[in-house]
Amino acid sequence: MSLSKDEVDRIARLARLAVRPDESLAVIERLNRVLGMIETMRAVDTRQVEPMAHALDVVQRLRTDEVTETDQRGLFQAVAPAVERDLYLVPKVIE
Amino acid sequence: MLNATVAELSVALSARRVSSVELARLFLERIERLNATLNAFITVDGERTLDAARQADARRARREGGPLTGIPIAHKDIFCTRGLRTTCGSRMLENFISPYDAHVVERLASAGTVTLGKTNMDEFAMGSSNETSYFGPVRNAWNTARVPGGSSGGSAVAVAARMAPAATGTDTGGSIRQPAALTGICGLKPTYGLVSRYGMIAFASSLDQGGPLAKSAQDLALLLNAMAGFDRRDSTSLERAPEDYARMLDFDLDGLRIGVPAEFFGDGLDAMVRAGVEAALRWFVAQGARTVPIRLPNAGLALPVYYVLAPAEASSNLSRYDGVRYGYRAREYEDLMDMYVRSRTEGFGEEVKRRILVGTYVLSHGYYDAYYLQAQKLRRLIAEDFSAAYRDCDVILGPTTPTTAFALGSKLDDPVQMYLNDIYTIPAPLAGLPALSIPCGFDGQGLPIGLHLTGNYFSEAQLLGVAHRYQQASDWHLRLPPELP
Repeated sequence: MSLSKDEVDRIARLARLAVRPDESLAVIERLNRVLGMIETMRAVDTRQVEPMAHALDVVQRLRTDEVTETDQRGLFQAVAPAVERDLYLVPKVIE
Repeated sequence: MLNATVAELSVALSARRVSSVELARLFLERIERLNATLNAFITVDGERTLDAARQADARRARREGGPLTGIPIAHKDIFCTRGLRTTCGSRMLENFISPYDAHVVERLASAGTVTLGKTNMDEFAMGSSNETSYFGPVRNAWNTARVPGGSSGGSAVAVAARMAPAATGTDTGGSIRQPAALTGICGLKPTYGLVSRYGMIAFASSLDQGGPLAKSAQDLALLLNAMAGFDRRDSTSLERAPEDYARMLDFDLDGLRIGVPAEFFGDGLDAMVRAGVEAALRWFVAQGARTVPIRLPNAGLALPVYYVLAPAEASSNLSRYDGVRYGYRAREYEDLMDMYVRSRTEGFGEEVKRRILVGTYVLSHGYYDAYYLQAQKLRRLIAEDFSAAYRDCDVILGPTTPTTAFALGSKLDDPVQMYLNDIYTIPAPLAGLPALSIPCGFDGQGLPIGLHLTGNYFSEAQLLGVAHRYQQASDWHLRLPPELP
């Protein structure tokens, strides 16, 4: 299986990435090499196998529903690209 | 002192033959001298290091602290350090200063270790050569035209070149063990869940595990004692009673059953690497260990399975880099979507973007079952192979890598060739098993060879014991790279 330029552009859009036109050929060629290598696993019959999502069979730990974090807005916003009046600034979303 | 192990430095500190400040100065000077050539460190803050060393000396003077109090170490730049830049080898986090410490950093600091700096790494830990770092490649101390391996290449070279007595690393598909092998040092990936992932920047969360890199198995044990432990802030951290990972260093090799999988000695294994590993196996047999031929029939599927699961998890984890809350934001953009796309396209390097694209593809509508679910099913088959093998053996022995360190730039054009470096290290993390690499010889060009030992779940103490016994009878791990500037 080999991805076309249109398919790669579609995936890139989903991933919020852009493929520059001058890099496009190399990106697609290398991506297809990786997908070609991955393809080899598809032939194995796994109809009777349960998927394994996690390395160890442990039950998810639960905790009581109470506030444990303190307000550290200043500390966390200190590393933000753009902040004003305690709010993260982004381009206008709603006209 | 530069060549001393952590265990030896600990004794010297206790006996007051040296102070932590003296050690810190010694290693800071070494870093200053070698880093321009080797590029093992991204960030060094000498004043901060000396402050911590003074505090460690004060603790020792008050007869407080433990075996690691005053020991200088380096942290892979994937571990968040409060107030000290954490880049993860990426332009995306070039100026990121974490508001908090990783659990591993916290634990090692409370044990009294002194941070020398943050080590270079493949961007977001995605790479096997350290060439994907935004901060430039790390060079192998044994031959500066060769790669050090990756992704913990900076940590490995820091230890190999004696710029730090020990370092932290992370391993997803081999990122501790492969660079350890290629630079002639020791590295351990613990059982999944032993070391907290809190503050360890996420790559593939079901596989990522922190661990130590050092000169000896004994040092790995001392470091793991401080690094491992339950942390409620990591949802997959295991609640287990603390254990002393150095308790089995005098392990009796008589009767040890060593599993040797045919799959790890097939085509593609360099003859000199094979010879080094087989010589080590003969030594174990001479001590009374027994060789058990085992099969890991699905091991050949580990590479494609890994390159579905790890990119899938990465594409999800790295969606957090949106240029809003932290990290890189493009200078110019037209609207919100354009800001996301430009920030991510400019902030991430080629390999990271490739993996995000692969991961997005295998998770996308219509392909999920064929790729992601299929890979999860095969992951179970790979794990079950190991469970079956451990009914007949105690440890599994093989080479860490198919070849010794390769030339810089030689595999950059073909990602699949690069990925094949991890063919022997990928199966263990898929199963969640502990595994380590220790030096077991040199090839014809004087490049180190790594011996790979995989143990059953929670068998770190035994693995380290087996490795320590080998190191008591060999000096591969104490050899120094020749002709360092």
